[in-house]
Order: sequence, then structure tokens, then C-alpha cells
Amino acid sequence: MKTLVWVEHDGSAVKDATLAVVTAASKLGEVHLLVAGEGVDGVARAASEIAGVGKVHVADNAAFGHNLPENVAPLIADLMSSHDAFLAPATTTGKNIAPRVAALLDVMQISEILSVEGEKSFTRPIYAGNAIATVESSDAKLVLTVRGTAFDKAATSGGSGSIEAVGGGSDAGISSFVGAEIAKQDRPELTSAKIIVSGGRALGSSEKYEEVIVPLADKLGAALGASRAAVDAGYVPNDYQVGQTGKIVAPEVYFAIGISGAIQHLAGMKDSKTIVAINKDEDAPIFQVADFGLVADLFSAVPELTGKI
Amino acid sequence: MKILVPVKRVLDYNVKPRVKSDGTGVDLANVKMSMNPFDEIGVEEAIRLKEKGVATEIVAVSIGPAKAQETLRTALAMGADRAILVQTDDAVEPLAIAKILKAIADAEQPGLVILGKQAIDDDNNQTGQMLAALTGWAQGTFASAVNVDGDSVNVTREVDGGLETVKLRLPAIVTTDLRLNEPRYASLPNIMKAKSKPLDTKTPADYGVDTSPRVKVVKVSEPAARSAGIKVADVDELVAKLKAMGVHS
Repeated sequence: MKTLVWVEHDGSAVKDATLAVVTAASKLGEVHLLVAGEGVDGVARAASEIAGVGKVHVADNAAFGHNLPENVAPLIADLMSSHDAFLAPATTTGKNIAPRVAALLDVMQISEILSVEGEKSFTRPIYAGNAIATVESSDAKLVLTVRGTAFDKAATSGGSGSIEAVGGGSDAGISSFVGAEIAKQDRPELTSAKIIVSGGRALGSSEKYEEVIVPLADKLGAALGASRAAVDAGYVPNDYQVGQTGKIVAPEVYFAIGISGAIQHLAGMKDSKTIVAINKDEDAPIFQVADFGLVADLFSAVPELTGKI
Repeated sequence: MKILVPVKRVLDYNVKPRVKSDGTGVDLANVKMSMNPFDEIGVEEAIRLKEKGVATEIVAVSIGPAKAQETLRTALAMGADRAILVQTDDAVEPLAIAKILKAIADAEQPGLVILGKQAIDDDNNQTGQMLAALTGWAQGTFASAVNVDGDSVNVTREVDGGLETVKLRLPAIVTTDLRLNEPRYASLPNIMKAKSKPLDTKTPADYGVDTSPRVKVVKVSEPAARSAGIKVADVDELVAKLKAMGVHS
């Protein structure tokens, strides 16, 4: 089987999410990559060095500059005439583009695969991860999105893929990029961080989040996260949200501070290697999944932890 | 401008899903069903656009069993003007749903179709994007703000690193994210009034769409359980445990 993997990048570097998709694709067959964007020579070179990569298709065109699905999906659909499966990371970019490609190909997409069970068979979460479905496609081609935390990351070196320019591509003229407010943080990204410190509603305010959660994260070099309740209450911006409707994370260590552990939140972090919970309610559901639970008032326990760790 | 709002009847989000012991799916017998929360946000957004004078008519659509009528009545009680039920007892996949919606869009000629970004049962997150592909319209997915301006709409999207705004030519497809709005509750008089609003019943065959599944569900199982660990007595013990794992500053 010949696969085509969407390379997610920021214009200069390949994003980590891509690497797990390469691993998933390699379980199906030959791995080809697609780097689309404007001025992406550097990304293409980096992509060609990913272990196990055969060919890197490079579509360099201003129309692909902001991943607009109206422009990118037809390009991918064209390339799929010589590939059997299209795989994208289950990021907001991948989720935006892949179904549009699938419909152009008249294929039913399989979303957020967790494992490859056979040539056309996969597992995926349903009901916010409360059930796992094993599904089998009967379509001639596959369109898949891949949950990044479910696959190992392919090595970023050792590969020697050939780079091939893809011509064509045009602006469909029905959409344009206006602007972005991307939070700049001197911290690891939530989805690739080794340690995450998350705060919940029990913090009570954005000031307390700043005062209690941030210093611990600073000390550990951790990413910052939050429960949906904390985001809805306005303590932190929405891109901090960990959970089924936010980001799915699986760090080495996850600190859940003042988070009760709603199903919604657990679905986003229960694959973390070690979960540490600090909560004053000893019956909080978070303790049912925590490796280390501390029943304590977070306002005294967390600063103490920050001081002693 | 007319707005089309597709809505899905799903297991209520407060009900814990239980996997059937024979592994064929999740048990939906005798449990509370409700409108998919993301679709509710879609209905609310359409109503707000009508209140602002941007939209003139809101058509709610559901594809599902006879009971999906209740979901449509909820949309009507919130403020939709009329409803279309495409009745089928089969489980219809997003691709076929998108094809039915495309046929309805061809007939109704809406300026906007506002869908939930995903249904909380299958978590597919596909239908809006697929409908956009089939209609050839622009798409603004995971919307946290929608501003119609003449013959275009600016959609602010919740993306991984923050927010992104795109400008789409109308007609266009929008899919909702959580923070777009807070849906209203239908008032009792409006619930009563909704009972007499028009609701058409159709079938997938009326639109010439084959709904046979492309993806077979082989089995549905419980996720691997995570067992509770230990409670530590105090911060010192927690620090010791973490240090033993190599976690320190």
C-alpha cells in the first residue's frame, strides 16, 4: 500500500504531530509525505530526513500558505490517484482538511485512529473515549486521521526520502486568511510536553492560576493546561483546555490540581504515564485514575510542592 | 438569507455510556437522548443571526429515527422556523449525511449551513467539512465567532495554538466549537408554539442517497481501565515519589 502523509509544519519546522502519523502510515505500507505551503524548502528537507520516508511531494504555492482546505483538499485528492491511503494528524489542521479530501474521493473517513489492526481495520475512540470501536473500511481508498498520543514518534533523522515538486494548485477564490492570534509561550506545547501542570475550577480566579499553577510549571519546565471548567470560567485561554473537546495529551507526568475529574477531562489525559492529583475532596473522581493522590488544600500544598521539588 | 441547521439526536451528554455486553455498540435503550450539544450551539447562532436581522429563515434538519422529531421540536422551540426530518432507522455515516444535506442545500439555497463540529456519540468531526466539499463552498470549522458582512462571513476558528480568522464567500459552511455562544433554553410558550410549526418528513431515497455503510463496526469494547494508585500523606511524600521517578526542577 502506498500512503500519503500530511506534514504539519509552521513554515520552518515539521511539527511533532506528523511523526506519529508517519509511524501509523508505516504500518500500512510505503510512506510518502506531502509538504504544502509557501517557501517550504527547509520543511521539505527536514521531512525527507524522517526515518522510513520514501518520497516527499512538495507543493510550494502561495495558495497553500495558510492550509486553507478549499485550496489544499483538491491538491491532495489529485495526488491520491497514485496513493492508497491519506493520513493526517488529528490536529485542528488535519481535522479541517481530511474530511474535505475524503468527500472529494467519495470515501468515508476513519477519524482519530488509535491502532492499525489490519490493512483496512483500525480502532478509534467513540463517546469521548468511553468506548473503543474496531472498524473496517470497505472503500477503495483510505482517509484517516491519527491520534498523536497513540503512536510512537518516528525518528527525525536517518531517512533519505527523495524530494519531488508537485506542480499546479490554485486559489479557489472562496476563502482567505485574515489573521491569527497564536499564543506565544516560552513553554513546551501541550500536546508534546513531557510534564503538564493543569489547574481546575477550584483555583477560583485567573490570578490564583497565575500564582499557584504557573510557578510549579516554571520550576518543572512543564506545559500549562486546564480543565474545561477553568477555561469556561475565564481563568485561562481556551487553547489551555485538556479534555475530549480540547486537547488530548499523554505526557510522562500530568498534574491535575483542583480538578475534580469529569469524564470529559479524563478522556483527554487518562493515557498519561503518571497522574498526580491534588484536591481537597477525597471523593473526587480524579483520584480513581491518579497514581499519586494528595488530599489537601491546593493553595497551601502546591506552593509547598513548588518549594520542595 | 436562509440558514440551514442540521441537528442530531444523541445520548445525553450527562449520561455515562455503557458498552453492550455483546460488543455490538453502546446501550441506547431507555436512556435519555438529547440534541447534540454542538448542534444546539449551531441553532443558537442561527437564531442570533436572525435576531440581528442577518438571517430571515432558519430551517432545522435531522437525519435519523422517528424520534429525531423531538430533537427538531427542540430546535423549533428555541427559534427555528421549520424543520425537515429525513427519517431512517439505519445508522447513517457522515458521508451519506453530507450527501443528503447537499441535496437539501440544493433545494433550499441557504446562505449558511451551521453544524456542530462533531456529534458526541461517534466523535467523527467530518460532516461539515464533507458537505463543504460536496457543495464546493468554503468552510469555517471550530468557530468561536461568526460575523456576516455583505456577501462574505468572517469566522474565527479555535485552532491548536490559539485563534485564526478566515474570510469566506457566501454561501458557506460553519461548524461550531464550544465557546461560540451559550444556547438558550426554550420557554414554555415557545415549546407550545413549536408544536404547530411545519415539520416535513422525507426519506434518504427522496434525495437519491444510498446510505449503506462504508465502514463496518466489528466490535465496540470498554477502554482499558486505569487503576487508582496510592494516596500520599503529605507534600513531602509526594516530592519523594516524584524525585524517585526523576521529576524535579
